[in-house]
Amino acid sequence: MTRSNLILLVLVACIATLPMFGGAYALRLGTIACMYAILALSWNIVGGFAGYPSFATAAFFGLGAYTTGVLMSRGVPVGVAVAAAWVGSFAVAALLGAALLRLRGHYFAIASLSLIEVFRELVDNATDLTGGGMGLNIPLTSAAGVLSDATFFFYAMWALLLGTALMVIVVAGSKLGFGLACIRQNETAANMIGLNATLYKSVAFGLSACFVGAAGGIYAAWVHYIDPSDVFDILYSVKPIVMALIGGLGSPLGVVIGALVYLGLEEVVWRNYIQIHSGVLGVLIVALLLFLPHGLMSLRDRLLAWRPKRV
Amino acid sequence: MLAAQVLINALVLGCLYACIAIGFSLVWGVLNVINLIHGSFIVLGAYLAWGLYQSLHISPWYALVIAAPLFFAFGYLIQRIILNRVITAPVLVTLTLTFGLDLILNNAMIYYFKADYRKLTLTPPMGSISLFDVVVPVDRLIATASALALTGVLYLILRRLRVGRAIVAVRLDRDAATLMGVDVKSIYAIAFGLGAALAGCAGVLMALIFPISPLTSTAYLGKAFVVCVLGGLGSVSGALAGGILLALIEGIGSTLIGPAHATTLSFVLLIIFLIVRPQGLLGRKGFE
Repeated sequence: MTRSNLILLVLVACIATLPMFGGAYALRLGTIACMYAILALSWNIVGGFAGYPSFATAAFFGLGAYTTGVLMSRGVPVGVAVAAAWVGSFAVAALLGAALLRLRGHYFAIASLSLIEVFRELVDNATDLTGGGMGLNIPLTSAAGVLSDATFFFYAMWALLLGTALMVIVVAGSKLGFGLACIRQNETAANMIGLNATLYKSVAFGLSACFVGAAGGIYAAWVHYIDPSDVFDILYSVKPIVMALIGGLGSPLGVVIGALVYLGLEEVVWRNYIQIHSGVLGVLIVALLLFLPHGLMSLRDRLLAWRPKRV
Repeated sequence: MLAAQVLINALVLGCLYACIAIGFSLVWGVLNVINLIHGSFIVLGAYLAWGLYQSLHISPWYALVIAAPLFFAFGYLIQRIILNRVITAPVLVTLTLTFGLDLILNNAMIYYFKADYRKLTLTPPMGSISLFDVVVPVDRLIATASALALTGVLYLILRRLRVGRAIVAVRLDRDAATLMGVDVKSIYAIAFGLGAALAGCAGVLMALIFPISPLTSTAYLGKAFVVCVLGGLGSVSGALAGGILLALIEGIGSTLIGPAHATTLSFVLLIIFLIVRPQGLLGRKGFE
């Protein structure tokens, strides 16, 4: 276990203490923080470790949300429904990944973007099952009151975040993580030395989708109402990338810090510039890419570089 | 007769699709950037046509002449000032950057024009012509002809003008073009400006036919994706072929299985094409 992974786990543990400090607002913010961290950590597997520019996060978020939503409206308990979303997203992503991850660069980016459109249109048109454009109402999980409900979903999302973080740490230290790094650096060479790149990429794509799907499921159960343009929003694909870019690509700790920083910025922007919040988000993205392309973690190296070298 | 009507509709719509996609294809092919602002450029062009017609009664045909230089300058500046700094970065960075720019432009349009749907209605309306039971609205026909003319103009620029040859050279081999004395940075900016100008002109034409709203920009962008992938990247003929193929598939799909599934069909086709034939209908393999 490296030091940065240890810090990551400590950070995740710190998030769990959040309900002690505030009321409903802190719970809501904490739940979203966990959700964003899950999305960013998951994206990091395919985008950071394997180096594939995936924009498919929103597709699996929506898929998980609708799997959970449809199951719950049929009377399935929330835990089983979210587990089904986890398994379903993994299976769908691994199968699709075997086909889509043969594409590289721009073509993969376009294909993963189109995946969102395909899923959204499918859900939009399957009115009998999903309610189509009218959206889907999801039954309340319990009648115990607003605050206990919020606490329940906060800890559910937090547990999922813990699971994602552990998965990412295990992957980073395993043969799979090493293989993905090889694929990122030179896929042809990795193939040549006998690495089953297709299998590795499919598993990575599946792993990067399943926690996102489960997060979508918890989100759906939490907000009780989803519609296609909400959960298949392309912003769910772009935000994790921005978070990873803020924190620094590839480093799990950096990515989670990026998610928290991003959430803070987003709250400030939402609160002060509701009319132009997406424009301000755009300015933020552009400024980040132009002036800090290697993320906050690179600042540390730059600051350290100013010190005289020790002999 | 239904078949003939579907075919004519597809041809008319296909040329418009080609016009939407051609600037996007040029930028992707030459700069190697997936330009997500393209959809918002088109909507902005539509607003320009609408505004000129509402306030000054300038008809959309003249608006084309106004839109082209304005959008060229706009695109040229965006490329020179912002995009040029990251032009060699991996696709993740350039794509996310254009997404950020798109958020800014789209939000600005929502702020100034609101998200209401508007329509440019010509007074008096131009009516429609019918030939052997096949009905085509006249304004749509003129828009199609203009779209074809625009594609033709781009073709001529790329074929005949010195700057056009330089754009093609940069697209074929950037390093060799640099060695031949082509100023790659300024060619990039000109290509991006041309792409923006084509998007703006396409927007002016769209204003005649479709409702105008900032929210429609993603639909235009989606069409541009599909057309580019179907037809093959960076060639004028590829965009035309892709546009007409997409319109045909949508038309036939809507007639057979219902209009709700047309978009799904086109995107499924896009993914299949990407996997099976990533160079598109008319593209050449290994020709980036």
